[in-house]
Amino acid sequence: MKLTVLFFASLREALGCASEVLEVPAHVTTVGALRDWLAARGQAWSVLATQKNVRAALDHDMVALATPLHEGAEVAFFPPVTGG
Amino acid sequence: MPVRIRVQEADFDVGAEIMALSSPSSPMADGAEVGAEVGAVATFVGLVRADKVSSAAATLKQVDGMTLEHYPGMTEKSLASIVAQAQQRWPLLGVRVIHRVGHLRPGERIVFVGVAASHRGDAFSACEFIMDYLKTQAPFWKKEAFAGAQASAWVDARESDEQVMQRWERGT
Repeated sequence: MKLTVLFFASLREALGCASEVLEVPAHVTTVGALRDWLAARGQAWSVLATQKNVRAALDHDMVALATPLHEGAEVAFFPPVTGG
Repeated sequence: MPVRIRVQEADFDVGAEIMALSSPSSPMADGAEVGAEVGAVATFVGLVRADKVSSAAATLKQVDGMTLEHYPGMTEKSLASIVAQAQQRWPLLGVRVIHRVGHLRPGERIVFVGVAASHRGDAFSACEFIMDYLKTQAPFWKKEAFAGAQASAWVDARESDEQVMQRWERGT
């Protein structure tokens, strides 16, 4: 399925990527699976696997990693928030 | 209940926000305007602190400024959801939230939360609740710049903020 994935803050800097439009294979069905699939690219992308406390959002809602993806979803990965 | 949420680079006027909260009015079905029974307005203003102790090096680093990044689209939705949760817990008559983004200097205002209610208990509690949830849920990230040649650094989230938010969940 086709997805848009965004990265923020220190995660964006570590990956050198702010956003990407992706076509993911059929076995990538959850937010967590997407994270693992991206981490498997290796090099800088492995930070997605090693970084603790990576948070995720799906269509602008904070979600757990087990959350299922859908066609056209917007997924974002980021460190714990520090607003306020 | 009037709710106004803004994410913006520009500074805000705390006095103007309090005035707006103090006298909200709701149009009735017949078009007449009714003033709500606001007896209490509670507010919070967050500022950029000038000094910061670096726990790793145990030295005082002078904070030169801060850059606030956010997730456009999710930021407004997240703040609206937090305000809606506060409305469910307390009988509120108005809420205004402003969070700045972009480059800020020490001493500058970062965030405003204002709550209007009939009584002070509800106003105080809702104001604190909104700030506690904003700290752990709203997608903003701070990067501090330091004086001299020291590199800028992303601020770490605090475990204590997460614990404070959990207390609201547990009802303690």
